[in-house]
Amino acid sequence: MDSFVAIVQVLDSTIRLSVPLLLACLAGLYSERAGIFDIGLEGKMLVGAFAGAAAASVFHSAFIGLGMAILISVAFAMVHGFASITHRGNQIVSGVAINFVAAGSTIILGQAWFQQGGRTPALQPGERFEAIVWPGADAVRGVPILGPIYSELISGHSILVYFAFAMVPFTWWVLFRTRFGLRMRAVGENPAAVDTAGISVAWLRYRALICTGVLTGVAGAYLSMVQNGGFVKDMTAGKGYIALAALIFAKWKPVNAMFACLLFGFLDALSIRLQGTPLPIVGKVPVQFMQALPYVLTVILLAGFIGKAIPPRAGGVPYVKER
Amino acid sequence: MAQAAIELIGINKSFGAVRANRDINLEVARGTIHGIVGENGAGKSTLMSILYGFYQADSGEIHVGGKPVSINTSNDAIALGIGMVHQHFMLVDNFTVLENVILGAENDALLKSSIAKARSELERLEREYGLEVDPDAIIEELPVGLQQRVEILKALYRGAEILILDEPTGVLTPAEADHLFRILKQLKEQGKTVVLITHKLREIMAITDTVSVMRQGTMVATRATKETTVGELAELMVGRRVLLRVEKGQSEAGAIKLSVKNLTVKDSRGVTMVDDVSFDVRGGEIVGIAGVAGNGQSELLEAISGIRHAVSGEVMLEGRPVDLTGKADPGELRDRGLAHVPEDRHHVGLVLAFEENENSILGYHDDERYLKGPFLNVDAIMADAKDKIEKYDIRPGNPRLRTANFSGGNQQKIVLAREMEQDPGVLIVGQPTRGVDVGAIEFIHKRLIAMRDQGKAVLVVSVELDEIRSLSDRILVMFAGRIVGEHGPEATEGELGLLMAGVEHQEAAE
Repeated sequence: MDSFVAIVQVLDSTIRLSVPLLLACLAGLYSERAGIFDIGLEGKMLVGAFAGAAAASVFHSAFIGLGMAILISVAFAMVHGFASITHRGNQIVSGVAINFVAAGSTIILGQAWFQQGGRTPALQPGERFEAIVWPGADAVRGVPILGPIYSELISGHSILVYFAFAMVPFTWWVLFRTRFGLRMRAVGENPAAVDTAGISVAWLRYRALICTGVLTGVAGAYLSMVQNGGFVKDMTAGKGYIALAALIFAKWKPVNAMFACLLFGFLDALSIRLQGTPLPIVGKVPVQFMQALPYVLTVILLAGFIGKAIPPRAGGVPYVKER
Repeated sequence: MAQAAIELIGINKSFGAVRANRDINLEVARGTIHGIVGENGAGKSTLMSILYGFYQADSGEIHVGGKPVSINTSNDAIALGIGMVHQHFMLVDNFTVLENVILGAENDALLKSSIAKARSELERLEREYGLEVDPDAIIEELPVGLQQRVEILKALYRGAEILILDEPTGVLTPAEADHLFRILKQLKEQGKTVVLITHKLREIMAITDTVSVMRQGTMVATRATKETTVGELAELMVGRRVLLRVEKGQSEAGAIKLSVKNLTVKDSRGVTMVDDVSFDVRGGEIVGIAGVAGNGQSELLEAISGIRHAVSGEVMLEGRPVDLTGKADPGELRDRGLAHVPEDRHHVGLVLAFEENENSILGYHDDERYLKGPFLNVDAIMADAKDKIEKYDIRPGNPRLRTANFSGGNQQKIVLAREMEQDPGVLIVGQPTRGVDVGAIEFIHKRLIAMRDQGKAVLVVSVELDEIRSLSDRILVMFAGRIVGEHGPEATEGELGLLMAGVEHQEAAE
């Protein structure tokens, strides 16, 4: 029974750890499906996290914080769009620039506004998104097997967790069942076909980037207002890049993206759980090894186990009308 | 005369200093097939792009159905019933036929009703025009002929009354082109108006009612097709008399320079593409290989030039064998006097991103003439490039220009100049004039015959039967990987056509 509880706990933290990855991964899916590479997911999450925590702590409202996170993140996405769609700049350079601006500006503004070494003040209850306890969760806790699954895994997460997982089928539906999705996929594959069909390539790509901005904003808010009680500098810690890796791993498909993110989340959860625990045969391993494990596995998985991942064909190429 | 479907009045369009269209007037009658011919860069595509709303004219008027209109976007053109089939298809390769058809013409925000409507609409179009295609097929899995059909369906689905086709047969096999023409005739019978842009005069003669000729941005003439000839059109296009059939003397065949014996080649799927082929090419003669594209000619060329692995057989170059494992060193073969003008100049013959002078020595850059110690001798290369530009009339004559900015005909001349000027003993040329203008074709043919007269062995592979007949001293016909017949240059089109279609071959087998 102990080991079962341990497993449920690991799975529970898997969900918590996958959520920011999943949101960022779906965010990347929107922009890359529209043909805009977005290496700036990391930066947009970071500004979202900062804006969310700062606004929540100033206005004492989690929802104002969330709104602010989305607003600022979308604004950054629009900067990326202005550089790479309107001015046909290099998408990688623009994305990297956004990451640098995000990393620097959050620390400077945080220090200027709150004087806590770049942190935002610790969020009080009401300024954070609290866990939602589902009806009967406490009552069934004692029931073997199903009890812990219901009360630990399904119940007891913040609204943003449910939002993130709801976005998976929603994104699939948008992509494959709506006009917007059809056009967005088309513009990522052959923008000239979209242009000659009488549709604006630029406006379509901007709209995809707005979706990206909204989702990275929510991802950032989750980091600073759910997982953590405030903003800490560089708190995204490479999650934007792991999300990009997961996106490739998932071959730009929403349901695959969810499983990829759950896998990376699981590896992360496992590494935390196993810290300091002696493993069978090899015995005790250094903490650093366990922390490196998800990344090592990422490299191995990406290198050998996903087959051929074909990105959207127009990805990374600014659209110029041909003569 | 029927009412005009389209009328263009005084259209002008410049790109920077280049005047692509100058004061163009054009009237296209309803329910006709109207051809527009002209060399590459004559401004045909620009004019049609203006009509389709891709560009805006600097000045001039467009009338559609008798009323003046302004076409600022492709949407305006579509709304006026103008549809365009582009030279490079505007299709999303990994979408289904249905998805491509509805893209941009969806009913509402959800796809379900649009797909249902498109499905029944496609069935109707299929019945009316014989445009059958599987609506659920993925575009990239369809042959080009069918992809083009999807483009036509896209336009018809949007209610096009006027259909513009830009160089539609460039990518088609002769059979596919014939099918396309049947479809176009059917469209005409149903009252649609078709504008056909091409530089192939045969097509114009075969299918159009009226033909307009463009040259250097101006409209030089409009004729009823019945009242004109290929010769007159060619002359109007180029602005001078063109020899459609190059004059050449008797060949004086010498010793065997290239000998192919029992050559068999399989492609990557293991299908036999070249089946036990044997022939010789002597110095001082041009041997032409005719055949419908895809009957093993490409593989034959690749095997002879040492690029592709041959299963069995041997190839002797000036009496010495060529390594047929597919790992032959092209540089070594060049040293032995084999020059190869590949079929696909974009992928094999040129690096489009390079400057002209770099491409003009590509593959020969290790030659001492172009080296100064371990470095490239830039002065020598530039002088050499300028020399070739002059000799081969490559335009524009700027050796520093990126190769991608040259027209197809001039790119081909760059490759030909490079290979011919090495003074090879054996010259192998694949599709010498694919995508090349009439004027340049004449020039290229003359050069090839000059090579022959110098005593070189020349092997030409082409899908253009006229070209084969005009150039060759001996014609070999390939069908399904085999040489199915040999003829002299006096062979008629009919004789060769039957061989190319495999008719005699099949009868012989039975």
